[in-house]
Amino acid sequence: MNADVATLVEKLGLKTLNGLYNKEITGAFISDMVSDVMNGATPGNVWVTVQTHKNIIAAANLVDVSIIIVTRGKTVPKETLDIADRVEMTICSTPLETYGLAVKLNRAGIEPS
Amino acid sequence: MTERNGSILLCAEYDVHGGDFNRAGEVSTDIKARLKKIGFDPGLVRRVAIASFEAEMNVIMHARRADVRLEVTPELIYVEFKDEGQGIPDIDLAMQEGYSTSTPEMRRLGYGAGIGLPTIKRNASQLEIDSKVAEGTVVKIYFTP
Repeated sequence: MNADVATLVEKLGLKTLNGLYNKEITGAFISDMVSDVMNGATPGNVWVTVQTHKNIIAAANLVDVSIIIVTRGKTVPKETLDIADRVEMTICSTPLETYGLAVKLNRAGIEPS
Repeated sequence: MTERNGSILLCAEYDVHGGDFNRAGEVSTDIKARLKKIGFDPGLVRRVAIASFEAEMNVIMHARRADVRLEVTPELIYVEFKDEGQGIPDIDLAMQEGYSTSTPEMRRLGYGAGIGLPTIKRNASQLEIDSKVAEGTVVKIYFTP
């Protein structure tokens, strides 16, 4: 499926926590280990995680992730959101736990990384 | 691969401070932006960015401080991390995936998977590591465009 950030946010009912920066989506990668993301995520991926500290933005930006989705409704600190806006990285949250979101991503046609 | 010929397109120096998780990723983000601006292939820029991030995080997690040097010619991108710190007693062991000396606090932040150095190697054209215990480590990373 050809998807972009705006379409995915609407389709999955995600809550946008900062600006919405529309980019193409190529697949999804799930991990809470930053090094794992540096290794495994590919450009244009959705990154699903429970990490919310501000360093995740640098990591996501370096590997050209298109959107970060934080699961289990975790609160994301304002400083993380401010940095995300500076590099035009959308952060969304969902009350779903990670597997629940993964199922929804799959049903929306998003493939593994 | 110590010979670095060709006209210098870019030369930059940075400081990285151990324990400064607040600024983690700033150096590698700047390196990425500069290389992108020069117009290098996005895949190459990404490889440099990933390797630089892992080297930067190693300093933040394990050293007191480091001088970082970036040299760019049309033929070679060279990134050097020269740190003052505990050094690496066994480099072969440190290169093994999964070997980690990180603390529980680092792991809570999502670091310390034990894949930092292997990731640098995988993304670099060449990697050289020279370390002295209780003095520090020099990580030299070469990328051939």
